[in-house]
Amino acid sequence: MKYQSQQVAYAYFVAAMALFGIQVLGGLLLGWIYVSPNTLSEILPFNIVRMIHTNALIVWLLLGFFGAAYYLVPEESEREIFSVRLAYFQLAILVVGTLGAVGSYLVGIHGGREFLEQPLWVKFGILVAAVIFLVNVSLTFLAGRKTAITNILLMGLWLLCLLWVFAFINPDNLSLDKMYWWMVVHLWVEATWELVMAAILGFLMLKLTGVDREVIEKWLYVIVATALFSGILGTGHHFYWIGTPGYWQWIGSVFSTLEVVPFFAMMSFAFVMVWKGRKNHPNKAALLWSLGSSTVAFFGAGVWGFLHTLHGVNFYTHGTQITAAHGHLAFYGAYVALNLAMFTYAMPILRGREPYNQVLNMASFWLMTGGMAFMTFTLTFAGTIQTHMQRIVGDYYMQVQDELGLFYMMRFGSGVAVVLGALLFIYSMLVVRREVVKPGPVAVPGE
Amino acid sequence: MSELLTKSRARNVFYGGSIFFVVVFVALTADSHRHITRTATSGMELSDAVRHGKHVWERHSCINCHTLHGEGAYFAPEVGNVMTRWGVLDEPEMAYEMLDAWMQAQPSGIEGRRQMPHFEITEEEMRALSEFLRWADQTDTQNWPPNDAG
Ligand code: HEM
Ligand code: HEM
Ligand SMILES: [Fe+2]
Repeated sequence: MKYQSQQVAYAYFVAAMALFGIQVLGGLLLGWIYVSPNTLSEILPFNIVRMIHTNALIVWLLLGFFGAAYYLVPEESEREIFSVRLAYFQLAILVVGTLGAVGSYLVGIHGGREFLEQPLWVKFGILVAAVIFLVNVSLTFLAGRKTAITNILLMGLWLLCLLWVFAFINPDNLSLDKMYWWMVVHLWVEATWELVMAAILGFLMLKLTGVDREVIEKWLYVIVATALFSGILGTGHHFYWIGTPGYWQWIGSVFSTLEVVPFFAMMSFAFVMVWKGRKNHPNKAALLWSLGSSTVAFFGAGVWGFLHTLHGVNFYTHGTQITAAHGHLAFYGAYVALNLAMFTYAMPILRGREPYNQVLNMASFWLMTGGMAFMTFTLTFAGTIQTHMQRIVGDYYMQVQDELGLFYMMRFGSGVAVVLGALLFIYSMLVVRREVVKPGPVAVPGE
Repeated sequence: MSELLTKSRARNVFYGGSIFFVVVFVALTADSHRHITRTATSGMELSDAVRHGKHVWERHSCINCHTLHGEGAYFAPEVGNVMTRWGVLDEPEMAYEMLDAWMQAQPSGIEGRRQMPHFEITEEEMRALSEFLRWADQTDTQNWPPNDAG
């Protein structure tokens, strides 16, 4: 660690991992309720658990991004963070807000817009924390060396915080409500968060492969250009059937199809950099997560996104288990795995344990990624049958669901693998002190 | 992409292009806003009851089990067209009675069947909720869903 203040990231990463644990346990419970619907139905209904599952996801991903920024901005700017105390204060607000939100969900106090159910005081808390964060990193950035990585990272973070304003705008007209709701949801994951993802991926490639900074930064600008050129108008793929004008069917179909490009570019970028790089960095687990993240993001967001994004297809698949399949693999690949890549890279340094190969961590990658892939497949099969029976044949919803029990059982099984993987990951980050497997002898070329 | 595309050129294309797409998007959003209020949701008046009903819908987080116009959770049926499915779209009193009877019967308690919770809802709120669902059902959704099953 080059700068003392980078240590702040440690607290952010630990808080993020704790919430990650809560998130996947909540997911497992949801999966179980699908299999055995009477479970806890009177005390902890499905909708409450689902709010905890999705909100915990979003908050921990943001905590991870904030931590990543506090880790990499000093290193890129070549100076300490403007204020370490503000950074801890910001974390305290977010932790109190999160606990407050979970507590109030459990006693039945919440809003009713999906993902934005936080009570108003929590929303304000998030706003205050965001402002503190932006001030803190921007002052660090402005006073130091400016690189494309920090430039893109800060741009993404500024824009995503600005978009949070739409969380406060809830028109009485349901169709307007829906239209503005997407300005947070879509313009987060398919625009501003992509900038954050590209910047963090660029930083990891710089550290892990040793490729020249010029090359990396040029790639980054090309990637983020394709992300925003496609992602902004791509919002139209949510404006097909909610009361918005018909022209969105063509605009949405064309531009959201182009959204595949930045995800393909990020995957190519990661592989090309590793191919070009001469550095043999000992942290193989961080490399695995980085390559894994960009690859699974391409499949989850790119391939599974395209699967249902053309309006002629979406007319039939809209709001079925196909959407759930895509949502899971896209979030996992692009943002969960990317955060875990950053943790995997930074934690050994933050804990003073370099060099470090992390075999258990790599095992958790395969367990989690295998689990999420299997979950995506089962939900895709369930969604295909649902689409046919409900949307084409016209069978009633509950009748169709009764036919899908086998897939929901398999989804629960894959959820168990994901939870075990997540726990193994957290254990390998926080508990394991030494290399578990001894490295073998180095082979001499030609022998 | 080495000589032609320098880093600063790539950066400028990124900035310029993004601003262009933001401007187009804002213009289309403004037009869509107008379309929604003037055309798509003009089928039924946005009354106080409808407004109130939306708050009841939100307070109980119905969206985290059901979809509404295809958005939400996938655990329970689509409700954007429920009034059509029940055949009471144009009959406020019957709509209220059907909804009230349905809500009072929950949870069904049937073993192995998905359970909808019991909600404490007053008569006024229930009427508002049913008006809200009737209002939503009148939206011009470009003929989605494909059939009454939702
Ligand atoms: C990492 C990036 C992405 C993430 C995290 C993500 C996540 C999600 C989530 C969670 C939903 C469900 C929202 C709801 O609750 O209604 C959704 C919907 C959707 N996504 Fe993505 N997505 C990503 C990228 C993409 C891309 C690149 C495409 C297109 C190529 C796409 C196409 C769609 C479509 C068409 C829907 C609407 C599904 C429906 O009609 O029910 N997504 N996405
Ligand atoms: C133990 C593993 C998991 C299980 C069993 C699980 C299960 C579920 C279930 C049952 C739902 C509700 C779907 C519905 O409304 O019918 C859900 C929603 C959701 N989960 Fe998970 N989940 C798990 C892990 C994850 C992970 C790791 C992520 C992030 C990558 C995630 C992200 C989401 C999102 C974004 C939604 C909302 C989807 C949408 O609106 O389309 N889940 N999950
Ligand atoms: Fe989207």
